[in-house]
Amino acid sequence: MTKSQSAVKLKLTRKIKTMNKKVIATTSLAGCFGCHMSILDIDERILDLIELVEFNKSPIDDIKKFTKQVDIGIIEGGCCNSENVEVLKYFRENCNILISLGECAIMGGLPALRNGIPIEECLKEAYLDGPTVGLNKEKILPNDDELPMLLDNVFPCHEVVKIDYFLPGCPPHADLIWNALVALITGNEMDLPYEVVKFD
Amino acid sequence: MSNKITIEPVTRVEGHGKVTIYMDDQNNVRDSRLHIVEFRGFERFVQGRPYWEMPVLVQRLCGICPVSHHLAAAKALDVIVGAGTGDGLTPVGEKMRRLMHYGQVFQSHVLHFFHLSSPDFLFGIDGDPAIRNIIGVAMHHKDLAVQGVMMRKFGQEVIRLTAGKKIHGTGAIPGGINKNLTIEERDELLKGPDPLNADKMVDWSIAALDFFKDYHKSHAKMLDEFAVFPSNHFSIVRKDGAMDLYHGVLRAVDADGKKILHDVDYQEYDSYIEEEVKNWSYMKFPYLKEYGKEKGWYRVGPLARLNTCDFIPSPLAQKAFEEFKAYTNGKPNNMSLHYHWARLIETLHSAEMIRELLNDPDLQKDDLVVKGKKLQKGVGVLEAPRGTLFHHYEINDNDQITLANLIVSTTNNNEPMNLAVNHTAKAFMNGHTEISEGMMNAVEVAIRAYDPCLSCATHALGKMPLEFTVINQDNKIIDQKSK
Ligand code: SF4
Repeated sequence: MTKSQSAVKLKLTRKIKTMNKKVIATTSLAGCFGCHMSILDIDERILDLIELVEFNKSPIDDIKKFTKQVDIGIIEGGCCNSENVEVLKYFRENCNILISLGECAIMGGLPALRNGIPIEECLKEAYLDGPTVGLNKEKILPNDDELPMLLDNVFPCHEVVKIDYFLPGCPPHADLIWNALVALITGNEMDLPYEVVKFD
Repeated sequence: MSNKITIEPVTRVEGHGKVTIYMDDQNNVRDSRLHIVEFRGFERFVQGRPYWEMPVLVQRLCGICPVSHHLAAAKALDVIVGAGTGDGLTPVGEKMRRLMHYGQVFQSHVLHFFHLSSPDFLFGIDGDPAIRNIIGVAMHHKDLAVQGVMMRKFGQEVIRLTAGKKIHGTGAIPGGINKNLTIEERDELLKGPDPLNADKMVDWSIAALDFFKDYHKSHAKMLDEFAVFPSNHFSIVRKDGAMDLYHGVLRAVDADGKKILHDVDYQEYDSYIEEEVKNWSYMKFPYLKEYGKEKGWYRVGPLARLNTCDFIPSPLAQKAFEEFKAYTNGKPNNMSLHYHWARLIETLHSAEMIRELLNDPDLQKDDLVVKGKKLQKGVGVLEAPRGTLFHHYEINDNDQITLANLIVSTTNNNEPMNLAVNHTAKAFMNGHTEISEGMMNAVEVAIRAYDPCLSCATHALGKMPLEFTVINQDNKIIDQKSK
């Protein structure tokens, strides 16, 4: 832990003793889970985090539906299908603060490279024309009722619901995520040095 | 009356995968399906982009094993830039990539064992869901949680120092790498203060394996009899039959251990493998062409790799391998939950390989890149944490991608995961009309054994909270439960 990190931690533990635990929820829409992995990259601070906040609906626990109003919702990924849109709206309804975490949530990211190409062409390439689908003579395409509808474009989250904060990066640096969370939990100003915000 | 039960990981709204179980009028399971509901379309949208973008671009399909995609793409492009297949690179080029790869396998296996599976072992698969997760582990078994967190951190540091960044790095480029390992960087990993050094990682890997073996002793019935079914097994192996996660030839064995794919060159992968498309999943179903859809499907990943290889080229993992083999009298192991055992043996192997590589002075050499006569097509294959990963690219004279085909690890396990769900559903649901808690937990455990990365093909970081609905023929909900 660097000096500034332990200073933050000290401030944090003092503050936290005098307040209620904030509740956090997270989800992955059309993302790659890399942003969630970057949350884990706060490493041993994750053990502090667990003491500081309570997790509600998130892939890291067993909570499937919101059990209460949540303070901070973290969204990874943009919207590429009807299901993503539903989840995003569900998060907006149940979270006081909503954060777009990473390029995909903020701008669509890699999946948005398909914008501008008709979706049929993408399906055709994957299921009919590819070099290893030789026997798809019946020209089967995934279209079952159980599958959500694909959107014609991949949409960034703020085009679907109001987003309160944007944390850039692909994925955002673990220290950026940590500093932002600490600020939101304590109500202090965000500490965002250049090395933490810059990314490739 | 026939019923349909739908299980949606992470609820109706969030999952990228869900399960439907179809019941017949006798209340027996007729069929079950694991649907993958995500579609990206990269095969089409990368067309027209310059080929050298692929290793940094395509890894963004999966943030859980990005290094695997980064390296498989780089290997395919090695062929295209005339640097040959796998063995054409300079020693520093190949070894830096191997170090990156073993760092990746190590962190991914650790994540799966400590963050995902250990809660099931510690609290039981029927344990209180409120604590049966990594947060519960951290609160009730802090030492174990610290081990998991620090082991993952070490793997991520290996990746950072070889690839430049923990997630979505840039270290591998067509024909080689863009940096070597400095002495200081090497010493950081080799001689870091406890626990962050290679020796400690080897020790902790042994401890994790011992933890599992103890658990096995007291839960043999569950681990040995759950979702067991015969299958073919598929992986790459080194030319001499050794386990090799980075490079080798394609080998498959059947359920009895007979070789059915004989160590062939993966540049020709499309003459051996074909994929079936089904209308209820975005994930295709690969199989060995020669044996057809019915008989040609196979398992990949840790269990399959221990079934295909002849030995493991690192001493401690080899010892563990011999014990593993002896358990099934040298025959292939077809028990789904033994994936966990195999995965921990590979974790140990990866830790040993990392230590060995760090001690290799080749890592400090300066000849980073090789180039030769350009070709229009290249295939890159390696063993990702979850199994064999294929990348295939073709380019035009302007260096633009004209064709991209990926068969990701979890896709290779599509049929076996469906079967594991089917076995579990039958064992728990036949003759019952109501969804039981036991059944829901068991389906979850069956899927999790395969460590599916449904993100490259969604892999919920933790549990998959499931929603189960029983629907009758008239589309009326007759039972609904969630956990
Ligand atoms: S922003 Fe990058 S790391 Fe995050 S989900 Fe998108 S591709 Fe993955």
